[in-house]
Amino acid sequence: MKKTNNMVVPWLLLLPATVLLAAFTHIPAVMTFINSFYRTPRGNRPARFVGMDHYSSMLSDPVFMAALKNNAIYALGTVPAAIALSMLMAIIVNSAIRGRALMRMSFFLPTVLPMIAVANIWLFFYTPGYGLIDQFLGLFGFHERNWLGDPDTVLGSLMVLAIWKEAGFFMIFYLAALQQISPTLSEAAALEGTSRWYFFRRVTFPLLMPTTLFVMINAIINSFRLIDHVIVMTRGGPDNASTLLLYYVYNVAFRFWDTAYASALTVVLLAVLALLAFVQFGVLDRKVHYK
Amino acid sequence: MSAMTLSHHAREASFWRVLETGACYLLGLLWILPLFYAVWMAVHPPAYEVRFELLAPLTLQNFVDAWNAAPFARYFLNTFALITTILVCQFVVCTLAAYAFARYEFPGKTVVFMLVLIQLMIMPEVLMVENYRTISSLGLVDTVLAMGLPYMASAFGIFLLRQTFLTVPKELDDAARVEGAGPLAVLLKVYVPLARPVYVAYGLVSVSYHWNNLLWPLVITNSVTTRPLTVGLQVFASPDQGVQWSVISAATLMTSAPLLIGFLLFQRQFVQSFMRAGIK
Repeated sequence: MKKTNNMVVPWLLLLPATVLLAAFTHIPAVMTFINSFYRTPRGNRPARFVGMDHYSSMLSDPVFMAALKNNAIYALGTVPAAIALSMLMAIIVNSAIRGRALMRMSFFLPTVLPMIAVANIWLFFYTPGYGLIDQFLGLFGFHERNWLGDPDTVLGSLMVLAIWKEAGFFMIFYLAALQQISPTLSEAAALEGTSRWYFFRRVTFPLLMPTTLFVMINAIINSFRLIDHVIVMTRGGPDNASTLLLYYVYNVAFRFWDTAYASALTVVLLAVLALLAFVQFGVLDRKVHYK
Repeated sequence: MSAMTLSHHAREASFWRVLETGACYLLGLLWILPLFYAVWMAVHPPAYEVRFELLAPLTLQNFVDAWNAAPFARYFLNTFALITTILVCQFVVCTLAAYAFARYEFPGKTVVFMLVLIQLMIMPEVLMVENYRTISSLGLVDTVLAMGLPYMASAFGIFLLRQTFLTVPKELDDAARVEGAGPLAVLLKVYVPLARPVYVAYGLVSVSYHWNNLLWPLVITNSVTTRPLTVGLQVFASPDQGVQWSVISAATLMTSAPLLIGFLLFQRQFVQSFMRAGIK
Protein backbone atom coordinates (compact mmCIF):
# COMPACT_ATOMS: atom_id res chain seq x y z
CA MET A 1 0.00 0.00 0.00
CA LYS A 2 1.13 3.52 -0.74
CA LYS A 3 2.30 5.11 2.49
CA THR A 4 1.74 8.81 1.62
CA ASN A 5 -1.83 8.15 0.61
CA ASN A 6 -2.40 6.26 3.82
CA MET A 7 -1.77 9.29 6.01
CA VAL A 8 -3.99 11.81 4.26
CA VAL A 9 -6.94 9.69 3.17
CA PRO A 10 -8.13 8.58 6.62
CA TRP A 11 -8.09 12.13 7.94
CA LEU A 12 -10.01 13.35 4.92
CA LEU A 13 -12.56 10.61 5.50
CA LEU A 14 -12.85 11.58 9.14
CA LEU A 15 -13.03 15.31 8.51
CA PRO A 16 -16.81 15.81 8.34
CA ALA A 17 -17.47 13.60 11.36
CA THR A 18 -14.76 15.14 13.52
CA VAL A 19 -15.74 18.71 12.66
CA LEU A 20 -19.39 18.02 13.53
CA LEU A 21 -18.58 16.08 16.68
CA ALA A 22 -16.16 18.73 17.86
CA ALA A 23 -18.67 21.49 17.17
CA PHE A 24 -21.64 19.86 18.89
CA THR A 25 -20.14 17.55 21.49
CA HIS A 26 -16.55 18.21 22.52
CA ILE A 27 -16.27 21.99 22.31
CA PRO A 28 -19.69 22.54 23.91
CA ALA A 29 -18.75 20.15 26.72
CA VAL A 30 -15.56 22.12 27.42
CA MET A 31 -17.35 25.45 27.05
CA THR A 32 -20.05 24.32 29.47
CA PHE A 33 -17.33 23.66 32.01
CA ILE A 34 -15.64 27.04 31.45
CA ASN A 35 -18.88 29.01 31.45
CA SER A 36 -19.93 27.46 34.71
CA PHE A 37 -17.27 29.64 36.40
CA TYR A 38 -18.68 32.87 34.97
CA ARG A 39 -21.73 34.99 35.64
CA THR A 40 -24.40 35.14 32.93
CA PRO A 41 -23.88 38.33 30.93
CA ARG A 42 -27.02 40.47 30.94
CA GLY A 43 -27.58 43.71 29.04
CA ASN A 44 -24.60 45.94 29.69
CA ARG A 45 -23.23 43.72 32.44
CA PRO A 46 -20.56 41.47 30.95
CA ALA A 47 -19.73 37.93 32.04
CA ARG A 48 -17.45 38.00 35.07
CA PHE A 49 -15.38 35.25 36.63
CA VAL A 50 -17.12 34.05 39.76
CA GLY A 51 -15.13 30.90 40.49
CA MET A 52 -17.09 28.22 42.31
CA ASP A 53 -20.02 30.51 43.14
CA HIS A 54 -22.53 28.61 41.04
CA TYR A 55 -21.52 25.34 42.58
CA SER A 56 -21.80 26.61 46.12
CA SER A 57 -25.20 28.18 45.44
CA MET A 58 -26.26 24.87 43.92
CA LEU A 59 -25.78 23.22 47.29
CA SER A 60 -28.26 25.59 48.86
CA ASP A 61 -30.64 25.49 45.89
CA PRO A 62 -33.66 23.44 47.00
CA VAL A 63 -34.82 22.90 43.40
CA PHE A 64 -31.46 21.45 42.39
CA MET A 65 -31.44 19.20 45.42
CA ALA A 66 -34.98 18.08 44.62
CA ALA A 67 -34.03 17.43 40.99
CA LEU A 68 -31.02 15.38 42.02
CA LYS A 69 -33.04 13.35 44.49
CA ASN A 70 -35.93 12.86 42.04
CA ASN A 71 -33.57 11.75 39.31
CA ALA A 72 -31.93 9.24 41.62
CA ILE A 73 -35.31 7.82 42.65
CA TYR A 74 -36.46 7.84 39.04
CA ALA A 75 -33.40 5.90 37.89
CA LEU A 76 -33.49 3.46 40.79
CA GLY A 77 -37.18 2.84 40.20
CA THR A 78 -37.37 2.59 36.43
CA VAL A 79 -34.13 0.82 35.57
CA PRO A 80 -34.49 -2.43 37.56
CA ALA A 81 -38.20 -2.68 36.74
CA ALA A 82 -37.60 -2.12 33.03
CA ILE A 83 -34.78 -4.68 33.05
CA ALA A 84 -36.81 -7.35 34.83
CA LEU A 85 -39.86 -6.81 32.65
CA SER A 86 -37.91 -6.70 29.41
CA MET A 87 -36.13 -9.93 30.31
CA LEU A 88 -39.47 -11.56 31.09
CA MET A 89 -40.95 -10.28 27.83
CA ALA A 90 -38.04 -11.62 25.83
CA ILE A 91 -38.38 -15.02 27.45
CA ILE A 92 -42.11 -15.08 26.74
CA VAL A 93 -41.68 -14.02 23.12
CA ASN A 94 -38.82 -16.48 22.68
CA SER A 95 -40.85 -19.39 24.08
CA ALA A 96 -43.24 -21.67 22.21
CA ILE A 97 -46.32 -19.79 23.42
CA ARG A 98 -49.09 -19.33 20.87
CA GLY A 99 -49.49 -15.82 19.48
CA ARG A 100 -45.84 -14.92 20.00
CA ALA A 101 -45.83 -12.46 17.13
CA LEU A 102 -48.81 -10.62 18.58
CA MET A 103 -47.20 -10.51 22.00
CA ARG A 104 -43.98 -9.19 20.53
CA MET A 105 -45.93 -6.49 18.75
CA SER A 106 -47.81 -5.57 21.89
CA PHE A 107 -44.59 -5.23 23.90
CA PHE A 108 -42.71 -3.35 21.22
CA LEU A 109 -45.38 -0.89 20.04
CA PRO A 110 -44.95 1.66 22.85
CA THR A 111 -41.31 1.98 21.78
CA VAL A 112 -42.28 3.14 18.31
CA LEU A 113 -44.53 5.89 19.65
CA PRO A 114 -43.08 9.32 20.41
CA MET A 115 -42.69 9.98 24.13
CA ILE A 116 -44.89 13.04 23.70
CA ALA A 117 -47.69 10.91 22.21
CA VAL A 118 -47.39 8.47 25.09
CA ALA A 119 -47.45 11.35 27.56
CA ASN A 120 -50.63 12.73 25.98
CA ILE A 121 -52.40 9.40 26.22
CA TRP A 122 -51.34 8.82 29.81
CA LEU A 123 -52.21 12.36 30.80
CA PHE A 124 -55.79 11.34 30.29
CA PHE A 125 -55.36 8.07 32.22
CA TYR A 126 -54.20 10.05 35.22
CA THR A 127 -57.02 12.60 35.10
CA PRO A 128 -58.49 12.70 38.61
CA GLY A 129 -61.88 11.01 38.88
CA TYR A 130 -62.61 10.90 35.18
CA GLY A 131 -59.41 9.19 33.96
CA LEU A 132 -59.12 5.50 33.24
CA ILE A 133 -57.02 4.66 36.29
CA ASP A 134 -59.41 6.27 38.74
CA GLN A 135 -62.39 4.70 36.97
CA PHE A 136 -60.75 1.30 37.26
CA LEU A 137 -59.72 1.72 40.89
CA GLY A 138 -63.18 3.14 41.60
CA LEU A 139 -64.57 -0.31 40.84
CA PHE A 140 -62.72 -1.56 43.90
CA GLY A 141 -63.89 1.27 46.05
CA PHE A 142 -60.79 3.46 45.92
CA HIS A 143 -61.25 7.18 46.13
CA GLU A 144 -60.22 9.40 43.25
CA ARG A 145 -56.70 10.74 43.30
CA ASN A 146 -54.92 13.56 41.60
CA TRP A 147 -52.06 11.37 40.46
CA LEU A 148 -50.06 14.10 38.77
CA GLY A 149 -51.08 16.84 41.17
CA ASP A 150 -49.94 15.13 44.33
CA PRO A 151 -46.22 15.35 45.23
CA ASP A 152 -46.43 11.84 46.67
CA THR A 153 -47.62 10.15 43.49
CA VAL A 154 -46.40 12.32 40.63
CA LEU A 155 -42.92 10.84 40.24
CA GLY A 156 -44.23 7.29 40.53
CA SER A 157 -46.82 8.05 37.85
CA LEU A 158 -44.11 9.24 35.47
CA MET A 159 -42.02 6.18 36.27
CA VAL A 160 -44.83 3.78 35.38
CA LEU A 161 -45.20 5.47 32.02
CA ALA A 162 -41.45 5.36 31.38
CA ILE A 163 -41.31 1.65 32.17
CA TRP A 164 -44.24 0.98 29.86
CA LYS A 165 -42.53 2.89 27.09
CA GLU A 166 -39.04 1.44 27.46
CA ALA A 167 -39.37 -2.22 28.45
CA GLY A 168 -40.25 -3.30 24.91
CA PHE A 169 -37.17 -1.60 23.55
CA PHE A 170 -34.86 -3.43 25.92
CA MET A 171 -36.74 -6.66 25.23
CA ILE A 172 -35.23 -6.59 21.74
CA PHE A 173 -31.69 -6.78 23.11
CA TYR A 174 -32.58 -9.69 25.36
CA LEU A 175 -34.33 -11.40 22.50
CA ALA A 176 -31.20 -11.10 20.40
CA ALA A 177 -29.12 -12.51 23.24
CA LEU A 178 -31.54 -15.37 23.93
CA GLN A 179 -31.46 -16.44 20.32
CA GLN A 180 -27.70 -16.80 20.55
CA ILE A 181 -27.88 -19.21 23.47
CA SER A 182 -27.43 -22.71 22.12
CA PRO A 183 -30.63 -24.79 22.32
CA THR A 184 -28.54 -27.83 23.28
CA LEU A 185 -28.19 -26.30 26.74
CA SER A 186 -31.90 -26.36 27.44
CA GLU A 187 -32.25 -29.79 25.80
CA ALA A 188 -29.56 -31.15 28.07
CA ALA A 189 -31.21 -29.56 31.08
CA ALA A 190 -34.58 -31.03 30.10
CA LEU A 191 -33.01 -34.50 29.88
CA GLU A 192 -31.57 -34.02 33.33
CA GLY A 193 -34.98 -33.03 34.63
CA THR A 194 -33.76 -29.59 35.71
CA SER A 195 -36.52 -27.25 36.76
CA ARG A 196 -37.00 -24.25 34.51
CA TRP A 197 -36.48 -21.79 37.30
CA TYR A 198 -33.17 -23.45 38.20
CA PHE A 199 -32.15 -23.43 34.55
CA PHE A 200 -32.96 -19.74 34.29
CA ARG A 201 -31.02 -18.90 37.44
CA ARG A 202 -27.94 -20.96 36.66
CA VAL A 203 -27.75 -20.79 32.85
CA THR A 204 -29.93 -18.20 31.14
CA PHE A 205 -29.49 -15.34 33.58
CA PRO A 206 -25.67 -15.55 33.74
CA LEU A 207 -25.49 -15.83 29.95
CA LEU A 208 -27.62 -12.70 29.66
CA MET A 209 -25.35 -10.76 32.01
CA PRO A 210 -23.49 -8.78 29.31
CA THR A 211 -26.85 -7.76 27.83
CA THR A 212 -28.12 -6.79 31.25
CA LEU A 213 -25.13 -4.54 31.84
CA PHE A 214 -25.53 -2.97 28.41
CA VAL A 215 -29.24 -2.44 28.93
CA MET A 216 -28.66 -1.09 32.41
CA ILE A 217 -26.21 1.57 31.27
CA ASN A 218 -28.53 2.64 28.47
CA ALA A 219 -31.53 2.71 30.76
CA ILE A 220 -29.67 4.90 33.24
CA ILE A 221 -28.57 7.26 30.47
CA ASN A 222 -32.18 7.49 29.31
CA SER A 223 -33.34 8.29 32.80
CA PHE A 224 -31.11 11.36 32.73
CA ARG A 225 -31.73 12.28 29.10
CA LEU A 226 -35.45 11.81 28.41
CA ILE A 227 -37.63 14.54 29.90
CA ASP A 228 -40.31 14.90 27.23
CA HIS A 229 -42.98 13.51 29.53
CA VAL A 230 -42.01 15.93 32.29
CA ILE A 231 -42.40 18.84 29.88
CA VAL A 232 -45.80 17.66 28.67
CA MET A 233 -47.34 16.23 31.82
CA THR A 234 -46.13 18.05 34.90
CA ARG A 235 -43.60 20.77 34.09
CA GLY A 236 -41.67 19.57 37.08
CA GLY A 237 -44.57 20.19 39.46
CA PRO A 238 -46.23 20.13 41.81
CA ASP A 239 -43.72 21.84 44.05
CA ASN A 240 -40.78 20.43 42.04
CA ALA A 241 -41.79 16.91 43.00
CA SER A 242 -41.21 15.71 39.42
CA THR A 243 -38.33 17.95 38.35
CA LEU A 244 -35.54 15.91 36.79
CA LEU A 245 -32.02 17.23 36.34
CA LEU A 246 -32.16 17.91 32.61
CA TYR A 247 -35.59 19.49 32.97
CA TYR A 248 -34.16 21.88 35.53
CA VAL A 249 -31.33 22.71 33.13
CA TYR A 250 -33.90 23.37 30.41
CA ASN A 251 -35.92 25.60 32.72
CA VAL A 252 -32.97 27.60 34.01
CA ALA A 253 -31.54 28.04 30.52
CA PHE A 254 -34.64 28.73 28.45
CA ARG A 255 -37.17 30.10 30.94
CA PHE A 256 -34.94 32.13 33.26
CA TRP A 257 -32.16 32.58 30.67
CA ASP A 258 -29.50 32.09 33.34
CA THR A 259 -27.16 30.24 31.00
CA ALA A 260 -24.17 30.29 33.33
CA TYR A 261 -26.04 28.57 36.14
CA ALA A 262 -27.52 26.18 33.60
CA SER A 263 -23.94 25.39 32.54
CA ALA A 264 -22.98 24.57 36.09
CA LEU A 265 -26.02 22.28 36.35
CA THR A 266 -25.06 20.66 33.05
CA VAL A 267 -21.59 19.95 34.47
CA VAL A 268 -23.21 17.90 37.22
CA LEU A 269 -25.15 16.00 34.60
CA LEU A 270 -21.97 15.46 32.57
CA ALA A 271 -20.21 14.17 35.66
CA VAL A 272 -22.95 11.56 36.12
CA LEU A 273 -22.71 10.53 32.47
CA ALA A 274 -18.92 10.41 32.64
CA LEU A 275 -19.16 8.08 35.61
CA LEU A 276 -21.46 5.84 33.59
CA ALA A 277 -19.05 5.93 30.66
CA PHE A 278 -16.29 4.90 33.00
CA VAL A 279 -18.33 1.96 34.24
CA GLN A 280 -19.26 0.95 30.71
CA PHE A 281 -15.79 1.11 29.20
CA GLY A 282 -13.92 0.02 32.30
CA VAL A 283 -16.05 -2.73 33.75
CA LEU A 284 -18.66 -3.71 31.20
CA ASP A 285 -16.41 -4.09 28.18
CA ARG A 286 -14.00 -6.31 30.07
CA LYS A 287 -16.83 -8.57 31.19
CA VAL A 288 -18.25 -8.79 27.70
CA HIS A 289 -14.92 -9.86 26.26
CA TYR A 290 -14.44 -12.60 28.81
CA LYS A 291 -18.01 -13.75 28.20
CA MET B 1 -39.36 -40.21 36.12
CA SER B 2 -40.41 -42.65 33.46
CA ALA B 3 -43.91 -43.14 32.12
CA MET B 4 -46.19 -40.17 31.51
CA THR B 5 -49.06 -40.89 33.86
CA LEU B 6 -51.61 -38.34 34.95
CA SER B 7 -50.23 -38.44 38.44
CA HIS B 8 -50.94 -35.77 41.00
CA HIS B 9 -47.65 -34.09 40.13
CA ALA B 10 -48.29 -33.94 36.43
CA ARG B 11 -51.74 -32.47 36.95
CA GLU B 12 -50.35 -29.89 39.30
CA ALA B 13 -47.62 -29.03 36.81
CA SER B 14 -50.09 -28.59 33.98
CA PHE B 15 -52.22 -26.39 36.23
CA TRP B 16 -49.25 -24.09 36.80
CA ARG B 17 -48.51 -24.15 33.09
CA VAL B 18 -51.99 -22.87 32.29
CA LEU B 19 -51.76 -20.24 34.98
CA GLU B 20 -48.40 -19.15 33.67
CA THR B 21 -49.59 -18.94 30.09
CA GLY B 22 -52.56 -16.93 31.28
CA ALA B 23 -50.26 -14.52 33.09
CA CYS B 24 -48.21 -14.09 29.91
CA TYR B 25 -51.29 -13.19 27.89
CA LEU B 26 -52.42 -10.83 30.62
CA LEU B 27 -49.10 -8.99 30.43
CA GLY B 28 -49.40 -8.75 26.65
CA LEU B 29 -52.94 -7.43 26.96
CA LEU B 30 -51.99 -4.96 29.65
CA TRP B 31 -49.19 -3.61 27.46
CA ILE B 32 -51.35 -3.00 24.43
CA LEU B 33 -54.28 -1.64 26.44
CA PRO B 34 -53.20 2.03 26.57
CA LEU B 35 -52.85 2.06 22.81
CA PHE B 36 -56.18 0.32 22.24
CA TYR B 37 -57.73 2.85 24.52
CA ALA B 38 -56.23 5.76 22.60
CA VAL B 39 -57.72 4.29 19.43
CA TRP B 40 -61.07 3.90 21.19
CA MET B 41 -61.12 7.55 22.22
CA ALA B 42 -60.05 8.71 18.79
CA VAL B 43 -62.75 6.90 16.81
CA HIS B 44 -65.72 7.60 19.08
CA PRO B 45 -67.58 10.80 19.94
CA PRO B 46 -66.37 12.50 23.16
CA ALA B 47 -69.43 11.15 25.00
CA TYR B 48 -67.88 7.66 24.86
CA GLU B 49 -64.50 8.60 26.35
CA VAL B 50 -65.14 6.45 29.40
CA ARG B 51 -68.34 4.68 28.35
CA PHE B 52 -67.48 1.36 26.80
CA GLU B 53 -70.30 0.08 24.64
CA LEU B 54 -69.68 -2.33 21.85
CA LEU B 55 -72.08 -0.52 19.55
CA ALA B 56 -70.89 3.00 20.26
CA PRO B 57 -71.09 5.02 17.05
CA LEU B 58 -67.82 5.28 15.13
CA THR B 59 -66.65 8.61 13.83
CA LEU B 60 -63.68 10.21 12.13
CA GLN B 61 -64.76 13.65 13.28
CA ASN B 62 -62.01 13.79 15.93
CA PHE B 63 -59.37 13.41 13.25
CA VAL B 64 -61.00 16.12 11.14
CA ASP B 65 -61.15 18.43 14.16
CA ALA B 66 -57.54 17.78 15.05
CA TRP B 67 -56.38 18.29 11.48
CA ASN B 68 -58.19 21.62 11.32
CA ALA B 69 -57.15 22.79 14.76
CA ALA B 70 -53.43 23.06 14.00
CA PRO B 71 -51.26 23.22 10.86
CA PHE B 72 -50.48 19.50 10.93
CA ALA B 73 -49.85 19.32 7.19
CA ARG B 74 -47.02 21.76 7.63
CA TYR B 75 -45.71 19.87 10.67
CA PHE B 76 -45.68 16.64 8.66
CA LEU B 77 -43.72 18.37 5.94
CA ASN B 78 -41.24 19.74 8.48
CA THR B 79 -40.73 16.37 10.13
CA PHE B 80 -40.26 14.78 6.74
CA ALA B 81 -37.68 17.40 5.76
CA LEU B 82 -35.94 16.91 9.10
CA ILE B 83 -35.62 13.14 9.00
CA THR B 84 -34.56 13.14 5.33
CA THR B 85 -31.86 15.73 5.96
CA ILE B 86 -30.57 13.91 9.01
CA LEU B 87 -30.65 10.47 7.41
CA VAL B 88 -28.85 11.48 4.21
CA CYS B 89 -26.16 13.39 6.10
CA GLN B 90 -25.75 10.64 8.70
CA PHE B 91 -25.25 8.02 5.99
CA VAL B 92 -22.56 10.08 4.26
CA VAL B 93 -20.73 11.31 7.35
CA CYS B 94 -20.83 8.01 9.23
CA THR B 95 -19.90 5.89 6.21
CA LEU B 96 -16.77 7.94 5.55
CA ALA B 97 -15.69 7.92 9.18
CA ALA B 98 -16.46 4.23 9.67
CA TYR B 99 -14.37 3.37 6.63
CA ALA B 100 -11.41 5.30 8.02
CA PHE B 101 -11.68 3.48 11.35
CA ALA B 102 -12.17 0.05 9.79
CA ARG B 103 -9.52 0.03 7.08
CA TYR B 104 -6.80 2.57 7.81
CA GLU B 105 -3.98 2.72 10.31
CA PHE B 106 -2.96 6.19 11.36
CA PRO B 107 -1.43 7.76 14.46
CA GLY B 108 -4.01 8.69 17.08
CA LYS B 109 -6.64 6.33 15.70
CA THR B 110 -7.58 4.87 19.09
CA VAL B 111 -7.80 8.28 20.73
CA VAL B 112 -9.99 9.68 17.96
CA PHE B 113 -12.22 6.62 18.11
CA MET B 114 -12.64 7.02 21.87
CA LEU B 115 -13.48 10.69 21.34
CA VAL B 116 -16.16 9.65 18.86
CA LEU B 117 -17.65 7.15 21.30
CA ILE B 118 -18.09 9.89 23.91
CA GLN B 119 -21.17 10.96 21.98
CA LEU B 120 -22.87 7.68 22.89
CA MET B 121 -23.01 8.99 26.44
CA ILE B 122 -23.33 12.72 25.91
CA MET B 123 -26.16 13.26 23.49
CA PRO B 124 -26.47 16.68 21.88
CA GLU B 125 -29.58 17.59 23.88
CA VAL B 126 -27.66 17.30 27.14
CA LEU B 127 -25.47 20.14 25.88
CA MET B 128 -28.42 22.19 24.69
CA VAL B 129 -27.27 25.42 26.36
CA GLU B 130 -24.00 25.58 24.44
CA ASN B 131 -25.45 24.08 21.29
CA TYR B 132 -28.12 26.75 21.28
CA ARG B 133 -25.35 29.36 21.50
CA THR B 134 -23.46 27.76 18.61
CA ILE B 135 -26.54 27.53 16.41
CA SER B 136 -27.53 31.12 17.11
CA SER B 137 -24.03 32.38 16.36
CA LEU B 138 -24.32 30.58 13.02
CA GLY B 139 -27.61 32.42 12.51
CA LEU B 140 -29.48 29.16 12.11
CA VAL B 141 -32.03 29.34 14.94
CA ASP B 142 -35.45 28.11 13.80
CA THR B 143 -34.28 26.18 10.74
CA VAL B 144 -34.50 22.53 9.77
CA LEU B 145 -30.71 22.46 9.49
CA ALA B 146 -30.38 23.59 13.12
CA MET B 147 -32.57 20.72 14.31
CA GLY B 148 -30.45 18.22 12.39
CA LEU B 149 -26.85 19.48 12.63
CA PRO B 150 -25.96 18.19 16.11
CA TYR B 151 -27.08 14.67 15.16
CA MET B 152 -25.42 14.29 11.78
CA ALA B 153 -22.18 12.82 13.06
CA SER B 154 -23.64 9.97 15.04
CA ALA B 155 -21.27 7.91 17.15
CA PHE B 156 -23.78 5.10 17.05
CA GLY B 157 -23.83 5.10 13.24
CA ILE B 158 -20.06 5.27 12.98
CA PHE B 159 -19.64 2.42 15.44
CA LEU B 160 -22.26 0.26 13.78
CA LEU B 161 -20.87 0.72 10.27
CA ARG B 162 -17.29 0.27 11.42
CA GLN B 163 -18.17 -3.09 12.94
CA THR B 164 -19.79 -4.10 9.67
CA PHE B 165 -16.94 -2.88 7.49
CA LEU B 166 -14.49 -4.82 9.64
CA THR B 167 -16.20 -8.04 8.57
CA VAL B 168 -15.70 -7.33 4.87
CA PRO B 169 -12.85 -9.57 3.62
CA LYS B 170 -9.69 -7.58 3.02
CA GLU B 171 -9.17 -9.50 -0.25
CA LEU B 172 -12.19 -7.82 -1.83
CA ASP B 173 -10.76 -4.44 -0.93
CA ASP B 174 -7.32 -5.34 -2.31
CA ALA B 175 -8.76 -6.77 -5.49
CA ALA B 176 -10.66 -3.57 -6.21
CA ARG B 177 -7.55 -1.49 -5.55
CA VAL B 178 -5.44 -3.64 -7.86
CA GLU B 179 -7.93 -2.79 -10.56
CA GLY B 180 -7.11 0.84 -9.89
CA ALA B 181 -10.12 1.93 -7.84
CA GLY B 182 -9.53 4.84 -5.43
CA PRO B 183 -10.60 4.78 -1.77
CA LEU B 184 -14.02 6.28 -2.46
CA ALA B 185 -14.70 3.93 -5.36
CA VAL B 186 -13.76 0.94 -3.19
CA LEU B 187 -16.00 2.19 -0.43
CA LEU B 188 -18.96 2.66 -2.75
CA LYS B 189 -18.51 -0.51 -4.81
CA VAL B 190 -17.37 -2.99 -2.17
CA TYR B 191 -18.30 -1.87 1.33
CA VAL B 192 -21.58 -0.02 0.99
CA PRO B 193 -23.38 -2.76 -1.01
CA LEU B 194 -22.26 -5.43 1.46
CA ALA B 195 -23.50 -3.36 4.38
CA ARG B 196 -26.98 -2.78 2.96
CA PRO B 197 -28.91 -4.57 5.73
CA VAL B 198 -27.04 -2.51 8.30
CA TYR B 199 -27.99 0.69 6.51
CA VAL B 200 -31.62 -0.41 6.60
CA ALA B 201 -31.31 -1.20 10.30
CA TYR B 202 -29.58 2.04 11.13
CA GLY B 203 -32.03 3.97 8.96
CA LEU B 204 -35.04 2.57 10.79
CA VAL B 205 -33.53 3.28 14.19
CA SER B 206 -32.56 6.79 13.15
CA VAL B 207 -35.91 7.64 11.56
CA SER B 208 -37.88 6.49 14.58
CA TYR B 209 -35.54 8.34 16.91
CA HIS B 210 -35.83 11.63 15.08
CA TRP B 211 -39.52 11.31 14.29
CA ASN B 212 -40.00 11.11 18.06
CA ASN B 213 -37.40 13.61 19.22
CA LEU B 214 -38.86 16.54 21.11
CA LEU B 215 -36.45 18.41 23.37
CA TRP B 216 -33.86 19.81 20.98
CA PRO B 217 -36.40 20.79 18.28
CA LEU B 218 -38.49 22.41 21.02
CA VAL B 219 -35.51 24.50 22.10
CA ILE B 220 -34.31 25.50 18.66
CA THR B 221 -37.57 26.18 16.76
CA ASN B 222 -40.17 28.84 17.34
CA SER B 223 -42.36 29.00 14.26
CA VAL B 224 -44.92 26.94 12.40
CA THR B 225 -42.72 26.79 9.31
CA THR B 226 -39.99 24.74 11.03
CA ARG B 227 -41.67 22.95 13.96
CA PRO B 228 -41.70 19.17 13.58
CA LEU B 229 -44.74 17.08 14.53
CA THR B 230 -43.63 16.43 18.09
CA VAL B 231 -43.27 20.12 18.89
CA GLY B 232 -46.48 20.90 17.03
CA LEU B 233 -48.30 18.28 19.06
CA GLN B 234 -46.85 19.67 22.27
CA VAL B 235 -48.03 23.18 21.43
CA PHE B 236 -51.43 21.88 20.36
CA ALA B 237 -52.10 19.58 23.28
CA SER B 238 -50.91 21.69 26.20
CA PRO B 239 -53.33 21.03 29.05
CA ASP B 240 -54.31 24.69 29.29
CA GLN B 241 -55.56 24.74 25.70
CA GLY B 242 -58.84 23.12 26.69
CA VAL B 243 -58.83 20.75 23.72
CA GLN B 244 -61.08 17.70 24.05
CA TRP B 245 -59.39 14.43 24.96
CA SER B 246 -60.79 12.59 22.00
CA VAL B 247 -59.34 15.23 19.68
CA ILE B 248 -55.97 15.05 21.43
CA SER B 249 -56.07 11.28 21.05
CA ALA B 250 -56.82 11.62 17.36
CA ALA B 251 -53.99 14.11 16.90
CA THR B 252 -51.63 11.89 18.85
CA LEU B 253 -52.43 8.83 16.75
CA MET B 254 -52.35 10.84 13.55
CA THR B 255 -48.85 12.15 14.19
CA SER B 256 -47.54 8.71 15.13
CA ALA B 257 -49.47 6.94 12.36
CA PRO B 258 -46.75 6.79 9.70
CA LEU B 259 -44.35 5.14 12.14
CA LEU B 260 -47.04 2.86 13.55
CA ILE B 261 -48.24 1.75 10.13
CA GLY B 262 -44.67 1.35 8.94
CA PHE B 263 -43.98 -0.76 11.99
CA LEU B 264 -47.05 -2.95 11.55
CA LEU B 265 -46.24 -3.54 7.88
CA PHE B 266 -42.54 -4.20 8.34
CA GLN B 267 -42.61 -5.60 11.85
CA ARG B 268 -40.07 -8.30 11.21
CA GLN B 269 -37.59 -5.91 9.62
CA PHE B 270 -38.12 -3.38 12.39
CA VAL B 271 -37.48 -5.84 15.17
CA GLN B 272 -34.55 -7.41 13.36
CA SER B 273 -33.10 -3.98 12.67
CA PHE B 274 -33.25 -2.99 16.30
CA MET B 275 -31.74 -6.35 17.20
CA ARG B 276 -28.95 -5.95 14.70
CA ALA B 277 -28.28 -2.46 15.93
CA GLY B 278 -28.22 -3.76 19.47
CA ILE B 279 -25.85 -6.66 18.99
CA LYS B 280 -23.33 -4.60 17.06
